[in-house]
Amino acid sequence: MTATEIAAAVRSGQRSARDVVEEHLAAIAARDRDLHAFLVVVADQAREAAAAIDAAVARGEDPGPLAGVPVAIKDTLCTRGVATTCGSRILDGWEPPYTATTVERILGAGGVVVGKTNCDEFAMGSSTENSAFGPTRNPLDPSRVPGGSSGGSAAAVAAAFAPLALGSDTGGSIRQPAALCGTVGVKPTYGRVSRYGLVAFASSLDQVGPFATTVADAALLLDVIAGHDPLDSTSIDDDHAPVSPQLAAGVAGLRIGLVEELTDVDGVQAPVRDAVAQAGAALEAAGATVERVSIPSAQYALSAYYLIAPAEASSNLARYDGVRYGLRVDADHAAAMNAETREAGFGPEVKRRIMLGTYALSAGYYDAYYRKAQQVRTLVIRDFARVYERCDALLAPTSPTVAFPLGAKTANPLEMYLSDVCTIPSSLAGHAAMSVPFGAGEGGLPIGVQVLAPALGEPVMFRVAAALEAAAG
Amino acid sequence: MPVQDYQAVIGLEVHTELNTATKLFCGCVNEFGAEPNTNVCPVCLGLPGSLPVLNAAAVDAALRLAEALGFRVPAQSLFARKNYFYPDMPKDFQISQYEEPILSDGSLDVDGTPVGIERAHLEEDTGKTVHVGGGGRIHEADHSLVDYNRAGVPLMEIVSRPDLRSSEQARTYVAELRAVLRAIGVSDVKMEEGSLRVDANVSVRPVGSEAFGTKVEVKNMNSLRSVGRAIDFEIERQVGQLDSGERVVQETRHWDEADGSTHSMRVKEGSSDYRFFPEPDLVPVAPSDEQRARVRASMPELPAARRARMVGEWGVADADAQILLNVEGLADYAEAAVAVLHGGTPRDVAHWCTGAVQAFLRETGTTPAVLALAPDGLAELVDLVADGTLSRSQAQDVLGECLREPKRPRQVIAERGLAQLSDEGELASVVDRVLAENPDVVTQYRDGDAAERKKKRGFLMGQAIAATSRQGNPKVLGDLLDQRLST
Repeated sequence: MTATEIAAAVRSGQRSARDVVEEHLAAIAARDRDLHAFLVVVADQAREAAAAIDAAVARGEDPGPLAGVPVAIKDTLCTRGVATTCGSRILDGWEPPYTATTVERILGAGGVVVGKTNCDEFAMGSSTENSAFGPTRNPLDPSRVPGGSSGGSAAAVAAAFAPLALGSDTGGSIRQPAALCGTVGVKPTYGRVSRYGLVAFASSLDQVGPFATTVADAALLLDVIAGHDPLDSTSIDDDHAPVSPQLAAGVAGLRIGLVEELTDVDGVQAPVRDAVAQAGAALEAAGATVERVSIPSAQYALSAYYLIAPAEASSNLARYDGVRYGLRVDADHAAAMNAETREAGFGPEVKRRIMLGTYALSAGYYDAYYRKAQQVRTLVIRDFARVYERCDALLAPTSPTVAFPLGAKTANPLEMYLSDVCTIPSSLAGHAAMSVPFGAGEGGLPIGVQVLAPALGEPVMFRVAAALEAAAG
Repeated sequence: MPVQDYQAVIGLEVHTELNTATKLFCGCVNEFGAEPNTNVCPVCLGLPGSLPVLNAAAVDAALRLAEALGFRVPAQSLFARKNYFYPDMPKDFQISQYEEPILSDGSLDVDGTPVGIERAHLEEDTGKTVHVGGGGRIHEADHSLVDYNRAGVPLMEIVSRPDLRSSEQARTYVAELRAVLRAIGVSDVKMEEGSLRVDANVSVRPVGSEAFGTKVEVKNMNSLRSVGRAIDFEIERQVGQLDSGERVVQETRHWDEADGSTHSMRVKEGSSDYRFFPEPDLVPVAPSDEQRARVRASMPELPAARRARMVGEWGVADADAQILLNVEGLADYAEAAVAVLHGGTPRDVAHWCTGAVQAFLRETGTTPAVLALAPDGLAELVDLVADGTLSRSQAQDVLGECLREPKRPRQVIAERGLAQLSDEGELASVVDRVLAENPDVVTQYRDGDAAERKKKRGFLMGQAIAATSRQGNPKVLGDLLDQRLST
């Protein structure tokens, strides 16, 4: 059952939330030992929440648009009283005293949180192999990765552990695992969804967004979590027209661009390239016009991203010093305690990015690296703006490849970084983007086609996504 | 070269804690002296996932300072992260402002000389570390405790240009800045509680030289007096070094109030590279025209104008006006008294305020707002002197009692039977008696030169006042005495 169907059934009293939750908890119990999508399953809490929803329905109250829908939450989002580790030893056992705004909104809409999902440590990675608590496996082929960093959330939805999940996307961390697991994944416009309670990786890029099995379900969850939050200064102060009502509007008359620089590049597998072309053809068949467009600066986006994101991360992750929470390695004096705690608590990829970022911000290097990267970012925004004068939305691959085997890229960080080459440009621009399953590649594994839209362009983006979903059958 | 052949060049960095109701980036109460770690939340504790939201009242405070000191307010200013590790800094970075501060290019008049102020910016305070054991010193401490109540308290850092040339000027600058900050209501400006902190950049150069010498930053002065002492010490130390052929080392030095000298602080490793970058969790600060207009309309009279008015309209000496404005609440107290005078003069009100009242405030550590004697009580006292009911020396006694006890001047007079004797007939007989009892003095007066006469008259006046148990009206007594001595 989709989330939309579950919510309708629970709201009308046809199904009990308790029944829905038990079914999903049973699925988790049966298979998550092998997949490891979850770091924590909060079965008791989920049962209690479901019982409360059933009671509300019995009283004639409406629990909300997510009534009784199980939702998996990426472990980068704070949940009061439930361990939140971001896949890192350094936060082992930390229970936040507060809950992220997005999770509060899900609970307020009748959603039932079933657990916290695995991810690359502090969301740094593209395979979930960087989790300090072991990797997650792809439900479609357990010898392969689910993508990352929100691999646990993608796998949870793909394995039907929960019809909906929240992830966070900094350079592709929702879209890429969605593509690799054959689910829908949405990175909303920067500022459309509150970041309050999302443990920061790179503040100017991070966004929370939904995973779902259908475009309609993704819209349902986005409409619940979107909207201004006074606790997040970068949250856009706008009432955000819901996207769900747009889904049936079709694509007739829409102008779609195929981004050359993101499609015709080395490393994009032929079936992936073909899928994007077929997606364009499908939209044309549905009444849209499709043309090839160019974002010249996109070729520099990956390099700029790997300066900006680590720079912000080096500062955001400074607080894990052993003083107040999480891991502490005792030492003779405070500075040594800081250093030894961080040495023991962070994994190699996190350390690598802290080093990169610290270097990029250092006196004498700032102008050459951080400032230059910000200039590239401005160029990327400008190039997109030019293209969006002619196009309503764009198409590109989500990931250059389908899901790859565990261990295939762990030895070479640069190769792993290239997994996000197609998703990073719109992240730098702060635009909306999502991945929709469209066709299959090597070994029958799913391919994700990426739909890109300008800032706050979610309504059009979802119309295109719905059309692709319909065409994919 | 002797000290006078050198010129000191001084710039001051003043950190003032803003008295906003809540902290800079969260809703926690901003107060001094609460139980440790009670005014904290995920934001000011820097918990993972928390985000800062700028307190608009802090921006208002900066805009008030802009109005007061003629700062330029850029259309947009940015917050930046200052990255360094310290256990009492929750995020291990401080949200401050770097490349584009909220205020730039202001100036403050110091005894007629405009002193440039390069910039003023907003930033958050850190927590406070207490070292337990080992006498509270960090190296011998058994362990350390951190109180995060202060973390996130709004600070404004006000950075002068190196326009000051003496410790005296530096003190005046701080006193004047403090008066301005108090007048515009943005800070409690208490140096002892740390709500106003001053760091001084001091260098010396040969008189006539245009080039700056090597500057030394001096920290830890917790009173106006120690600002002056520390700067004087530092000037002499640097001159001494240059004279003995040594070089001044660029460093940070710590003022030790007890031994009256500055000591080199161990330079923190890597402290010079704070890796500033724009704070991505906050949007640029862009005060609207409405906000600025609202602030402008609510600006009070500034200390310089107020002082000029007291000097011009009240006939108060500049130094006294200075005192009225430099003691918290004293000028307001005096103004309130002046407003209800009946016969007394503002100048007399100022006289008592800068004298007995100020002394009492200092002694008891209180503020005028909580004095037992309300401003109208002081006005009553001044009026009673003006109409001759009390002599000045009686008034001094009465005021002393009214400051200690919740009593009005008239009540004290009634209780002590203190009212001044002004009846001319009664006083004439006193004068006659005194003259009769001191015929030699009268003769010496009549034969003496001006100086001798003054002396003898003074003696006779003293006798007469004593004969009235100090209640005789000195003016009436004096007139009677002169009348009799001249015949």
